[in-house]
Amino acid sequence: MLPALLLSALLAATPALANKVFVTNERGNTVTVLDSTTWERIADFPAGNRPRGITMSPDGKELYVCASDDDTVRVFDPESYEEIRTLPSGPDPELFVLHPSGNPLYIANEDDNLVTVVDVATREVLAEVPVGVEPEGMAISPDAKVIINTSETTNMAHFIDAASYEITHNVLVDQRPRYAEFTRDGTKLYVSSEIGGTVSVIDMTAAEPSVMKKITFEVPGVLPEWLQPVGVKITADDSRVFVALGPANRVAVIDGRTDEVIDYLLVGQRVWQMAFTPDEAFLITTNGNSNDVSIIDVKAEKVVKSVQVGEQPWGVVVAPN
Amino acid sequence: MSAAWPILGAALALGIAAAPAAGEEVKAAVLRIDSPRDLPISRLDLPPDDLGFAGAALAAEDNQTTGRFLGMEFALETRAAPPEDAAEALDTLKAEGIHIVVVLADADGTLALADRAGPEMLILNAGARDERLREEDCRANMLHVAPSRSMMTDAVVQFLVWKKWTRLFLIRGSHPSDEALADAYRASAAKFGAKIAEERVFEDTGGARRTDTGHVLVQKQIPVFTQGAEEHDVVLAADEQDVFAAYLPFHLWEPRPVAGSAGLIPVTWMPALEAWGATQFQRRFERLTGRPMREEDYQTWLALRVIGEAATRTGSAEPSAIRDYALSDAFELAAFKGQKVTFRPWNGQLRQPVILTDRHVMVSVSPQDGFLHQVSPLDTLGRDRPETACTAFGG
Repeated sequence: MLPALLLSALLAATPALANKVFVTNERGNTVTVLDSTTWERIADFPAGNRPRGITMSPDGKELYVCASDDDTVRVFDPESYEEIRTLPSGPDPELFVLHPSGNPLYIANEDDNLVTVVDVATREVLAEVPVGVEPEGMAISPDAKVIINTSETTNMAHFIDAASYEITHNVLVDQRPRYAEFTRDGTKLYVSSEIGGTVSVIDMTAAEPSVMKKITFEVPGVLPEWLQPVGVKITADDSRVFVALGPANRVAVIDGRTDEVIDYLLVGQRVWQMAFTPDEAFLITTNGNSNDVSIIDVKAEKVVKSVQVGEQPWGVVVAPN
Repeated sequence: MSAAWPILGAALALGIAAAPAAGEEVKAAVLRIDSPRDLPISRLDLPPDDLGFAGAALAAEDNQTTGRFLGMEFALETRAAPPEDAAEALDTLKAEGIHIVVVLADADGTLALADRAGPEMLILNAGARDERLREEDCRANMLHVAPSRSMMTDAVVQFLVWKKWTRLFLIRGSHPSDEALADAYRASAAKFGAKIAEERVFEDTGGARRTDTGHVLVQKQIPVFTQGAEEHDVVLAADEQDVFAAYLPFHLWEPRPVAGSAGLIPVTWMPALEAWGATQFQRRFERLTGRPMREEDYQTWLALRVIGEAATRTGSAEPSAIRDYALSDAFELAAFKGQKVTFRPWNGQLRQPVILTDRHVMVSVSPQDGFLHQVSPLDTLGRDRPETACTAFGG
């Protein structure tokens, strides 16, 4: 009965188009490929040493992977899974964000206190921006004018002008900021603080960005120390914010208007990064300690499936339509 | 207490009250008091000249990078002195306008410096683990970044209890610090329900450690020394002076694991740690200093990061403001231990997880699962508020 129900729910919510889901396996040194309609594991391919951050060109023709221990970004063909080329990334690339046009790529170099800007076509390093200690999270505003970097030991969100590469503002947040994400309308920026246990909501509408609210988390039966926010994803209509809570094995569902937590969804162990399918029917979470991904039905706000992937899944991206 | 406090607390927590004052210069120093010490058993443990100072150098870089974005400057001095010159070294720092001093010294030396410093200075103890500095000899102007002995022994015994290895054969050295460590182990055993099945004293009879065929004697002596003990699951070594514990593993009469001063060792840091984002931290340190990070380096780094964090959040370079913020509920610091570290407000001790290692890999980290506490699981390590003998913090 239950599987049948699940199946029909899946069928009902899924459009005809199948998208490939790419998951980096940090310890397995591979990328696992899933099909977003059947959730079958269709391929695994080697992706260099310690693959972590992963993203894709807007046309879906290039897959970018931070091979952290190789000090490079590897570019793969998402059809053949062959490596096309590498990009100079600076040492220990962990996370990056691609310009909405598909070029350039903004990379956080954890070892060097730098954000490196790379032209993905010419492989040219366009700029190196000195930021705080242990840069990690990267985001770009919807109008592509502001690049955000979070520095884990400096505990700041750095606002970088995308034209001049100058830092315009620095906003202190809680301990160990891991990830930054803008709302689609660009009015708010969410920054997760892993050790601080909070998500800072930064108001982007005033002349100076400032923290307007700190979202805190509370799950009965889970020690507060284990509520460690990492990945953040926001629906296109800005109505829901999903926050991965690391070793709490939960994804928090937040009302995008009030910034209040509505629910906690139980997923796999040590949940870090997330990605929507293009139609936003599903949200995929990487669970590093249970070696699987959880599939969340976004409308129903329910976990509908978990799929085994490689060893220690870290990042995830879904191919565009 | 005035009604304004909760409001201020909330403002601090949101980080909006702390508009850092541009142009503030935070002046701090690391003062290391070098007492004569015997050579370690293993030459791998020979102390480097820059012990502690190397961690301070990394912290200075970290603080400066952060301060740059806020218009704050962080100035650091590092000084080493023999015990007889300690007071003078402190006076010199004070005369230079440096009122925040991280101290690496033994208990007597640390306490003497805290008393000499007076209330206008802030001392951060990054070395001495003696309980009394946090208890009857606690001082209002002294915070403890170094864990206490009981935090370390609780960390070990929690793990042994989790393993259900609860019958302990305690072997302690003959120095006063070994007795203090053995006391801490006895208390930890009683606290968590383990039993000291047998206890023996290994006398330090002196002699050179670097003898050419010393291993021959060790292989004959240690089995005999440990023969005929009561039934036990594990041998617990209390050897702060590094006289014998390193010889226990593989030489016991009974095939048993060793914990404490050898075997499974509690530490604040180890250079193989890669969990919790530590890899980048290790690499930054090694690139700066050309060697792996030691506990003393981690502890000075942590002490200076406490100062940096408090100064950044308060916008103040004043020792009193930094102390008060560090002791407040608003203070928290990421320390590559998987959870935030905070201070116990009743005695100024930093709460922190303790790593258990065989010195090659991390074996575990305490507190262990299942040891619960009404405030924080970290308070299952070391003496808790109801037992404190410290009154200097208004508790």
